[in-house]
Amino acid sequence: MENLIDIRDVRHAYSTKSGPLPVLDGLNLSVPKGEFCAVVGPSGCGKSTLTRLVAGLMKPDEGEVWLHGELVKSPRKTVGMAFQNPVMLEWRSIIENVMLPLEIVANGMSKADKTARAMELLELVGLKGFEHKRPSELSGGMRQRASLCRAIVHKPDVLIMDEPFGALDNFTREDLWQTMRDLRAKEPFTCILITHDLRESVFLGDQVVVLSGRPARTQYVLDVDLPADRTIEILYEKQAVDMLHILRDQIRIAQGREAH
Amino acid sequence: MEKLQKIGVPILALVAFGLFWEFIVWVNGWPNYVMASPSDLPAAYIRFWDLFLIMGWQTLWRTVLGLLIAVVFGTLLGMAMGFSKIARDALYPLLVGFNAIPKATLVPVIALLFIGQHDFNTVLMAFLISFFPIAVSVGIGLSTLEPEYRDILRALGASKVTIFWKIALPKTLPEFFGALKVAVTLAFIGTNLVEIVSPHGRGLGALFKSGETNANYPLMFAVLIALAVLGIVLYYAVVALEKIFAGWAERPQS
Ligand SMILES: Nc1ncnc2c1ncn2[C@@H]1O[C@H](COP(=O)(O)OP(=O)(O)OP(=O)(O)O)[C@@H](O)[C@H]1O
Ligand SMILES: [Mg+2]
Repeated sequence: MENLIDIRDVRHAYSTKSGPLPVLDGLNLSVPKGEFCAVVGPSGCGKSTLTRLVAGLMKPDEGEVWLHGELVKSPRKTVGMAFQNPVMLEWRSIIENVMLPLEIVANGMSKADKTARAMELLELVGLKGFEHKRPSELSGGMRQRASLCRAIVHKPDVLIMDEPFGALDNFTREDLWQTMRDLRAKEPFTCILITHDLRESVFLGDQVVVLSGRPARTQYVLDVDLPADRTIEILYEKQAVDMLHILRDQIRIAQGREAH
Repeated sequence: MEKLQKIGVPILALVAFGLFWEFIVWVNGWPNYVMASPSDLPAAYIRFWDLFLIMGWQTLWRTVLGLLIAVVFGTLLGMAMGFSKIARDALYPLLVGFNAIPKATLVPVIALLFIGQHDFNTVLMAFLISFFPIAVSVGIGLSTLEPEYRDILRALGASKVTIFWKIALPKTLPEFFGALKVAVTLAFIGTNLVEIVSPHGRGLGALFKSGETNANYPLMFAVLIALAVLGIVLYYAVVALEKIFAGWAERPQS
């Protein structure tokens, strides 16, 4: 199968006051079309930097980022992004927030079509009835749901998420995992998800990539061969538990501690 | 009931204040040339009503014009400082230094520069005194925009102009209006400063001065009250605009 995202030997350093800070060093990553790639790694190893490279917001010092067989040189209209902060525009209603990307990339689309498209997604994530509320009137989990809708409203072929569920409590987070799974069943997209939650990576990922400590390189790739329609319970079964153990050991290695 | 309270309480406080003022003047037995009492004011208003209208209008349009120029100039300056670090480093010390000058000292400077241009001088002063808070608030608002806000649009290939209109500008509106409330008061002070100090001034400030020259104390106090009313009107005009354009920033009250 064709790789939709291909990251080849990427190297990148930030220039800081105390000289260059190498952040990525020999990063390789391939995500086939329609697959979900979860990325885990020690704090500060360069995960957010990776998302900015894939989104075309920055260019790597060395190496290449390919999307859809095209070399990424600048932002493309076909990506969607979601962050830990839901980044809601407080002066817009929820539905107007969701419609924002359409105003940029789908100029020709009629207002009615834009509204219909946004409503369709809001309904999918269970926000029907809240579309005219202000973001400040919603809970954190609901805002994050709206943020997900906004990230995919323009049918991007690549969805990039940087710890989108990181600030939520455990129960809300598990709810959102299931929402994410259901969205994927309806809307095909290829996804890179940065997370620091190993259970999240196994529940949502088709593959889990472990990055080493800074400067980050690809340290380990785990294939998650669980069924697509998994439920939270699967995380308590042996196959998943074994994977979690492997990932935990890999993270310890990445942090520079011995696995045991 | 709540509405009654909202309107009734301030009116009651106002009446109480008027009575207190009247009482103090009466108890101390102050004659009119020391301190006017509220009961002297209606006569002053009736006698000089035409003048109040003309002068009030003078003060009003010059303040508003000066403020409008300050808004345009301050916003442009703030945009320059918000978007470019070089502009920020260059302009900030200049601005702070300029703001540190007590503006009263500028009145004679301006008066000498543009002799006899009373309208121009007044508007210029209103502008000079009020653009600073606007420039600073817009500058800070733009430069502290969280990168994620920019990135959600930048990742879609949106232009800088689009990002400014759709995100940066609306997001700084609450800070902008906060500054505008300060600026409108300052502009009003600037206008009055020039009106009072200029030899052949116009506007409420000049009317105040003529009251002083003619030892007409009821007129002076009547002007003070008129100035207060005008100041309040200007302030609440800004508040009304804020409600329209930045009402979303108000947290739902509980
Ligand atoms: N613009 C920048 N200039 C200089 N250094 C930066 C910049 N952005 C990030 N860094 C540094 O690069 C390193 C990697 O940052 P990055 O945000 O990619 O890490 P991360 O893996 O996302 O961390 P976290 O797990 O905390 O989210 C960090 O040490 C950070 O301090
Ligand atoms: Mg990060």
